[in-house]
Amino acid sequence: MDKRSRKAWIYLLPAIVFLGLFMVYPLIDVSIYSVEEGYNSASRTFFGVGSYNYSYVLHDPYFMQAVKNTAILVIFTVPVSTCIALLISAGLSSIKALRKLYQTIYFLPYVTNTLAVGLVFMILFNKTAYTDGLINLIINRLGGSSVDFINGPYWAKMLVLCIYTIWVVMPFKVLVLTSALASVNQQYYDAARVDGTSKMRIFTKITLPMISPIVFYLIITGFIGAFKAYSDAVALFGTNLNAAEMNTIVGYIYDMLYGNSGGYPSFASAAAIILFAIILTITCINSLISKKYVFYN
Amino acid sequence: MKVTLQNLTKVFPGRSKNNHADVVAVNDFSFEIADGELIGLLGPSGCGKSTALNLICGLQEPTSGSIFFDEDDVTNLPPEDRGVGLVFQNYALYPHLTAMQNILFPLQNIKGAERLSKADMQKRAHEVAALVQIDELLDRKPAELSGGQQQRVAIARALAKMPRILLLDEPLSNLDARLRLQTREEIRRIQRETRITTVFVTHDQEEAMSISDTIVVMRSGVVEQIGKPQDVYDNPMNLFVATFLGTPPINVFSGEISGGKLLIGKEALFETNGFPDREVYVGIRPEGFIPDGNGPLHLNLRNIEVMGRDVTVVSTHGASVNPVIRSIISADSSIDVSATEVSFSVKRAKVFVFDKDTEARII
Repeated sequence: MDKRSRKAWIYLLPAIVFLGLFMVYPLIDVSIYSVEEGYNSASRTFFGVGSYNYSYVLHDPYFMQAVKNTAILVIFTVPVSTCIALLISAGLSSIKALRKLYQTIYFLPYVTNTLAVGLVFMILFNKTAYTDGLINLIINRLGGSSVDFINGPYWAKMLVLCIYTIWVVMPFKVLVLTSALASVNQQYYDAARVDGTSKMRIFTKITLPMISPIVFYLIITGFIGAFKAYSDAVALFGTNLNAAEMNTIVGYIYDMLYGNSGGYPSFASAAAIILFAIILTITCINSLISKKYVFYN
Repeated sequence: MKVTLQNLTKVFPGRSKNNHADVVAVNDFSFEIADGELIGLLGPSGCGKSTALNLICGLQEPTSGSIFFDEDDVTNLPPEDRGVGLVFQNYALYPHLTAMQNILFPLQNIKGAERLSKADMQKRAHEVAALVQIDELLDRKPAELSGGQQQRVAIARALAKMPRILLLDEPLSNLDARLRLQTREEIRRIQRETRITTVFVTHDQEEAMSISDTIVVMRSGVVEQIGKPQDVYDNPMNLFVATFLGTPPINVFSGEISGGKLLIGKEALFETNGFPDREVYVGIRPEGFIPDGNGPLHLNLRNIEVMGRDVTVVSTHGASVNPVIRSIISADSSIDVSATEVSFSVKRAKVFVFDKDTEARII
C-alpha cells in the first residue's frame, strides 16, 4: 500500500467504522436472525436454520394487511405529492411578491412534529361524542352524511392516512423543486419565448426535462420513505395498528419486536429482509425506467 | 424587411444600495436598418448593445420610443408575435434535445393554419441544416457538438421558422480565433443567401467591420456614429470612434493648433489655415506614417516587429497619450535598427484632429 492510499484509508476510517458498526453488522445480523427458527431472545437459543420465519410472516394475515396498506400508501402518495409539489413550486417560481412568505408557509409542515400534525388531523377528521370534526361539518354542509375517518371504514382511514402523508412529505419536495426550478438557465426560457412556445409546452418540454434528475431523486426517496412509513399511522390511529387494520410493514416489524405480540426477533428480521428486498426491487425498476426519461447534463 | 428605431430609450432603475441613479442603457436611438442589410452594433461591453438587441427582439420593453418592422409598430408586441430569430451568445440550445429536435422546436410551436405537416417540418429542418452545413450532425445532442457546430445549430434553429429579422448576440465570442474567422464568413454567406435583415452585436471591431454592411458604434447607451465600415474608419466623428476602430489602435498625441500650424510638441505636422488656436488631440493611424529622414515627426525608436508582409515600428514620444506608438510601414523600407531616433512624415488622410475638450473631430 503506497502512502497516498494509506492516507486515504485513514481519512475514511471513522466513517467506515461507524457504517460497519451501525449499518453493515446489523444487516448481517438481521439476515442471520431471519433464518434462525424458534429463536428465544432470553436464552439466546434456536432450534435450527431454515425458511420457516419467512413462511410464517408471508402467511400472517397481519403482515399481508401491512403490505397492502403500505402498497396503497406508496402508489397513491408518491405520484400525487410529487405532482402537487411540482405545481406549487412552479407557481412559487412565477410569482415575485410574497414569494418568501409563501415559501415559509409551505415549509412549515416540515419543521412541525409528526405527532403534533397528527393531533391537528385528529381535530379535523375525528368523530367524537361531542363533535363530528371539521371535515364532517363541511361534508354535512355540502349535503353528505358524516364519516368516521379515524375509527370508521377502511377506505376512510386509508384516505386520511394518505392525505396526512402527502401533507407531511410535501414541504421538502416543494423546497427542493423550487431551488431546482430557479437553477434552470433563464436563456432557455427566453429562447422559447422568442420562438413562441406556449406556457404548457415550455413546462413539459423544457422545464421538466431540465429538472428531471431532481424529480427522479424525489420519486426514489419518496418511494423509500413511503415504504418505511410508520409514525404517521401511529400519530393518527394509535399504537394498536393491527386492530385498526392500518399497520404498515415497519409497524409490523416493530410489533414483532416490542408490541403486544412482541418478542419475536426472527419474524421481525424476516419481515425486515422482505421489506429490504421490495425496496431494492422497486428502486432498481425506477432506475431502469429513469434511464429513458431523466436527462443528466 | 426594414427596421426603424425611433427615439428608443431603455432606463433600468438604479437598485444598488449606494447608488440609486437610474441606468440609461439605451439613450434616444433613432436609426433605420434597410431591408436585407447586415448591421453590426459595436461598442465596448456595457454600452447597451445587447439591450438594444433585446428591445428589437421584444424580450425587453422600451421605456420610451418605438420600433417599426416595415410599417408595423411592434413596440408593444411580445417577442413571439414579432417573427424574430434570435441567436444567443451561449447558443441556449436545449441540452436534452438533439440538433434536429432543437431545429424542429420553433416549428412545432406554430399553431393553426400556418402549422406545417410533419413531413414539411422535417423538410424545412433539413433545408436550414443544409444551409448551415450540419446535415451530418442532426442526431447529436448539443454536448456532443463543438462550439462552432452548436453555433450553426443555433442559427439553423433561429432560421427554421423563417423569421423576418435575424438577431445575433455576440455569436462568435465563445469560439476560438480560427473558428471565429471561419464562422463569421459563414454567417455572412448565410445572410447573403437568405437575404434576411440581420442585426449583429459584438464588441470586436474587426469582426463588425469585416462582415457588416453598416456599423453602429455605441458608447454608454448613445450612438456615436453610423455608417459603412470603411467610411467610419476613414472619417471618425470623434476621438472615441477613432480609437475604438482599427488594430493596432490609432496613435493619439497631445498637440495644439497655433499660428495656422498643427503642432505636436514643437514639430509642425502641416498647415491648418482658418482654424483658431486651441489645444487638440492628434490621431495618426498606424498606416499613416511614411519613413522620411526629413519628416517633421521625430520618435524615439524602441524596437521593430517584423511581420513579414510589413514592419511595425514601436517608438515613444513625449506628447503621446499611449505609452508606445505603433507605425506600420512596408517591409521594403529601410529602417536603421540601431538608431535611437526615427523620423516620419505623415499621410494627411490618416491624420485626424480632435478638440481637446469636446473630443469632436475638427480636421
